[in-house]
Amino acid sequence: MTNNGRFFSIAITFCIMFLFWLLFSAWTVYIPQSYDMSQVFKGILVALIVAFLTHEIFLPCRGENILLKSRRFVAYSIWEMWQIYLATIDVTKRVIGMLPVDPRIIEFDTTLRSDLALTAFGNSITLTPGTITIDIEPERGRYMVHAIAKEPADSLTVDQIMQKKVAYVFMEE
Amino acid sequence: MLAIDVISTIFMAAGAFFMITGTLGLLKFPDFYTRLHATGKCDTLGQILIILGCIIYEGFSFITIKLLLVSAFYIFAGPAGTHALMKAGYVCGVPVWKKGDKRM
Amino acid sequence: MMRAMATRNIFMSSCTSTTMMIISFLAVGMIIAGTILVSSYRAIAGPGTFNRVVAANIIGTKAIVLLIIVGYIIERPHFVDIALMYAILNFIGTIIVAKYLEKGELCSP
Repeated sequence: MTNNGRFFSIAITFCIMFLFWLLFSAWTVYIPQSYDMSQVFKGILVALIVAFLTHEIFLPCRGENILLKSRRFVAYSIWEMWQIYLATIDVTKRVIGMLPVDPRIIEFDTTLRSDLALTAFGNSITLTPGTITIDIEPERGRYMVHAIAKEPADSLTVDQIMQKKVAYVFMEE
Repeated sequence: MLAIDVISTIFMAAGAFFMITGTLGLLKFPDFYTRLHATGKCDTLGQILIILGCIIYEGFSFITIKLLLVSAFYIFAGPAGTHALMKAGYVCGVPVWKKGDKRM
Repeated sequence: MMRAMATRNIFMSSCTSTTMMIISFLAVGMIIAGTILVSSYRAIAGPGTFNRVVAANIIGTKAIVLLIIVGYIIERPHFVDIALMYAILNFIGTIIVAKYLEKGELCSP
């Protein structure tokens, strides 16, 4: 880890911790009367200590292209919101009885390897229509998925739209 | 003022509808895994919609940021909890319901 | 003077509710309370441990939303803090119960 990257990570962690302190120590809803200065100084001190202790866990310094990745992640999360809506409509139709319930368990391989990409893809599988992650093998990128019918299972194993999107966001194609 | 009230009421009514749907799925579906399908998705969207209605009603203040924080925490934590329960059930050998079996 | 203003502002919400909004908050709160009551059937009668754990998780999620709604009904939106704490406790409780059922112990080396 270079010295410059270490300073960068400590600074970002300190800013986020101090913002949380300001948010939670304001106990009225109006800004000007809520703070006195001694509380703010205590907040700066505590945020510095926490930033020095935990910046390696909070921001691991392997960040190449972190701005590009975060811009792609914002676009991806907007698409994910639409998928949450579609998933709920799908489950609603199955509860009412318009679509059949025919559960099965499938397995497939992906090209993802890093922890963040594996976690993001697992959460996305759980939030998209008709599928829930059961188990992940991180070495081979193998997922075990419980699907509620045949079409959602096919959308993961045959079409592979979401895998390509996640691999594009985290640059692991 | 009236327009804001009506819009936030519509959002909260939609959220309450999805919560009712999730509860019906919890009662109706035949299996542990399919019940998790119903609850994990419907409750996420219902909670997001009700909190969105509260945000529209509130306007902009500290409460808005805290409400957004609750919603964002649930989006990240809800699937993790669902996945943990699913894996625990699969490892412990809860039987998987196939089409045509008896309810359990 | 400042202290008196601050203590008065705690009990004033940032928004004064109209009658229609109180009615709609009450209706949504009662619907959510009804769903909690219905899903407690699965917690009592569900076959096996896992169905009961699912029902407990779902009741926790609905309780978060119910806390926020109740905070608006009695015009103290600071219930959001309690809702955030309850969300974190519910998540940690679910993870711990699932891990215990999976491995049979909590702190395996």
